[in-house]
Amino acid sequence: MTTGTRHPQTTLATTRLQTRVAVATLPTIEPRRRRTRGIGRRICIHLALLAICAAAILPFLWMVSTSLKTLEATLAYPPRWWPDPIQWQNYIEVFRNPKANFLLWTRNTLIIAVLGVAGTTLSSALVAYGFAKLRFFGRRTLFVIMLSTMMLPFPVTMVSLFAMFRWLGDTTGIAFLGTFKPLWLPAWFGSAFNIFLLRQFFMTIPNELSEAARIDGCSELGIFWRIILPLSKPALAVVALFAFMGIWNDFLGPLVYLQRPEQFTLALGLQNFQSKAGGTSWHLLMAASTLVILPAILLFFLAQRTFIEGIATTGTKG
Amino acid sequence: MASVRRQLRASVIGLAFVSPWLIGFLVFTLVPVALSLYYSFCSYSLLQPPLFKGLENYRTLATDPVFWQALRNTIVYGAVALPLGMLAALCVAMLLNSKISGVSIYRTIVFLPSLVPAVASAMLWLWLFNSKLGLINTTLVALGVSEPPQWLASPRWAMPALILMSLWGIGNTVVIYLAGLQDVPRELYEAAEIDGASSLRQVWHVTLPCISPVIFFNLIMGIIGTLQVFATPFILTGGGPARATYFYTMYLYDNAFSYLKMGYASAMAWVQLLIVLALTALAAWSSKRWVHYQGK
Repeated sequence: MTTGTRHPQTTLATTRLQTRVAVATLPTIEPRRRRTRGIGRRICIHLALLAICAAAILPFLWMVSTSLKTLEATLAYPPRWWPDPIQWQNYIEVFRNPKANFLLWTRNTLIIAVLGVAGTTLSSALVAYGFAKLRFFGRRTLFVIMLSTMMLPFPVTMVSLFAMFRWLGDTTGIAFLGTFKPLWLPAWFGSAFNIFLLRQFFMTIPNELSEAARIDGCSELGIFWRIILPLSKPALAVVALFAFMGIWNDFLGPLVYLQRPEQFTLALGLQNFQSKAGGTSWHLLMAASTLVILPAILLFFLAQRTFIEGIATTGTKG
Repeated sequence: MASVRRQLRASVIGLAFVSPWLIGFLVFTLVPVALSLYYSFCSYSLLQPPLFKGLENYRTLATDPVFWQALRNTIVYGAVALPLGMLAALCVAMLLNSKISGVSIYRTIVFLPSLVPAVASAMLWLWLFNSKLGLINTTLVALGVSEPPQWLASPRWAMPALILMSLWGIGNTVVIYLAGLQDVPRELYEAAEIDGASSLRQVWHVTLPCISPVIFFNLIMGIIGTLQVFATPFILTGGGPARATYFYTMYLYDNAFSYLKMGYASAMAWVQLLIVLALTALAAWSSKRWVHYQGK
């Protein structure tokens, strides 16, 4: 690490970095310790893990089971695990419901996600390149300041950001509040953690390639775009994936900035659907929740493989 | 002269590359933080320009029973859910670190709940905690509990329900611990074994010191996260019943956007910032005693 100091923020950020890599390679991490001895002990560990996994997964099964029940079946007592009859229409019903517009909400979420993910990936990479490969006055100080901003809770700036976007709208005549802009625009100015993650990755790329390009008269921007970015696809994918998950999960941001139901994101829409539909249509609510959860889980399983490959290839290069 | 010019040129290029973050930092962090400090000394309803009132907001906060209740709720939640979650996550991570067959499946399953968006998991638990038809109470009744708790509908059980629910989402923390456990040098265990240390003593004298930086990390992130708890209680209980689950950030949000007391909300934001800073500094100070960094 060129900053040299063991700054607590750097340590915190490094730990978070390890986590992302660990999440990305979740099933492949091989325990370094020798095989656990004793058959009795192994059985105990299995039993404990089975109980924990049951607690983790039963709520999911219950959700899916409820989502396939008829309204009467959800209200039956005692409840049954297996829905009979299985009512697939619930999932269609969710999309047809007049109180909800899940298709539109999905579209809205995807618009914000595409703009936000593109913005945060591109700008974070640009800034990370500056911190990793270029020497300039004040680099160290700026880097430490950047790491400290990771600890700032969103509620602290929430109120004044809202006031600022309102002022910006009044001054420029371009509406900000009640549009998607406050939700994706800040992403185009880099996010501290992603900058850190990409910087760590860029620093592992040897300088010889860039030097050769520089001698051939390539500009810094050209080196960044033609040499560094193509070599960093796996790291960029990690940033993009987590940025997407962040936007997909965000609730407070849309709640603050979006006002009309036709602008809602899925997270906000789901909450709105629940509060409007009242406490009885559990089958529809669970079907909607399943639909919101599914992409996140699918993405996790799909991305896992790409990430492992990505990390494996970079490992051989280094 | 030429080298000075070259250095200057390099600095300009470097600053140009980091300029997106620099501008973003000024516009989306520094200015809002400064503005909220200014607002916190004002009466500001968004509809009229801020009116300077000195320390009035802070004085009102000091005697505002709702503020204290929200703060107390947040502290109670954090003081129970955070250590409980960290301990549970550590235990699960240790189990997942053992070399047994099928461990990768266990790992994936344990991690799955942390992929669930907060809103969706709130819906799910709203249904699980349903006092009459929910899975939890119907199971309790089947097990012979004649009057199971009313959970989210009861001022006494709503908070324990939220804490219970928070344990479902520890997968992320588990993975952080797991990454830390993998880094513990194997030689240390072998040495401890040769010295005749029992498994428990190995955990105490080898594992815990080695992963203390990870524990520290989880503690800091947990403190920051707890002070921001919002979506889950907002959806599950709306802060009720009888404000039993009314959290700090919820009151801040309500002041800002329901009552349009932006100045008052800004004062709360600054108090929140100071609490985060104080707790982090406290944790960092105490870490000198219990966090061990392995030489690199």
